Amino acid sequence: MDRSKTYMNSYLAGILIGVFMIAAYYFSGEGLGASGAMKAVVITAVNDINHDYAKEAHFFKARVKDEEKSPAKTWLVFEIIGVIAGAILSAAIYGRLKLQVVKAPHITNKTRLIAALIGGILFGVGSQLGRGCTSGMVMSGMGVLSLSGFIGLVAIFGGGYVIAYFFRKLWI
Amino acid sequence: MGPLYPLGIISDEINMLIGFFIGIGFGFLLEAAGFTNTRKLAGVFYGYDFVVLKVFFSAGITAAIGLFLMNHYGYIDIQSIFYPKTFWIPTLIGGGIMAFGFLIGGFCPGTSLCAAVTGKIDAMVFVLGIFIGIFFYAFTYEPLWETLRNSGKMGKVNIADWMGISDGLFIFLMTVIAAIMFFAVTLIQKKVTSKRDYQL
Repeated sequence: MDRSKTYMNSYLAGILIGVFMIAAYYFSGEGLGASGAMKAVVITAVNDINHDYAKEAHFFKARVKDEEKSPAKTWLVFEIIGVIAGAILSAAIYGRLKLQVVKAPHITNKTRLIAALIGGILFGVGSQLGRGCTSGMVMSGMGVLSLSGFIGLVAIFGGGYVIAYFFRKLWI
Repeated sequence: MGPLYPLGIISDEINMLIGFFIGIGFGFLLEAAGFTNTRKLAGVFYGYDFVVLKVFFSAGITAAIGLFLMNHYGYIDIQSIFYPKTFWIPTLIGGGIMAFGFLIGGFCPGTSLCAAVTGKIDAMVFVLGIFIGIFFYAFTYEPLWETLRNSGKMGKVNIADWMGISDGLFIFLMTVIAAIMFFAVTLIQKKVTSKRDYQL
């Protein structure tokens, strides 16, 4: 059997992610996030290029006030560097490190890549407006029973089921 | 008594190092569960693969039960952790935008990053898109988003309190609902995939 098509049992993987989430809260008081680290990268880049702009603009100013500390030196950035290392490690073990475009059989690579770009842009905007993404707000929010996490859950997954029909040609 | 870093028990450097190691675990498990394959992720919306739902709810419930017990027995003070404040209007609208992002692009930020670094070209483009989206949002923040983002403010709200039930009862109900859901989606997936090969 093709090793690259074997996956860890879903429930086991979920329970172990839950254990790591507990550890994140216990040691650091943080949830498991992703979009927050990407935001930190954007803030750092803009601050490095034009600090005078960043310290005045509302999106940036709270995070660039401290002149001594880089806005990239946050827990989430270190966590996400770990995520990258962990994903590569797992893909190496399962034999899934391969350059490829993953898509439904009948759509072209071009369609898939354009859709991926549009989807990414929407997720970039949505995660900033919604105050976090599927990991940092919804999953980590569920762990601490935050109302915000459950609103996000309903909006993302509930919304997804409502609109899924219109995008079916991209997937099936 | 936790959380250790917010209560000043471990240093800044140790805290970052712990973050790195926790990240390794998280990234490894996301990849191992199949979250770097966009079609497995999208399957949750079309019934041919429910891995997202299974992993997501098992993780959320495990953490909820663990943190509830640790808080109850005094091993962690939930009040001292990062607790997302609820702003229901932007979260609902932002969530709706993310739903479109998911159905069109087939990833979320964490999964796209894992997929991009393991060679999925579609995920690399998705990550590029996220950065374009954040830059666009950042530079149009004051005229377009600031008022909306700060609307619907409710503070730190616990959903069980909000519903007027105890945390324990809420977690119990969530677990029962998830168990029923796990059972149902297993049947649905069997039925959907028996009719046709989705070539995952």
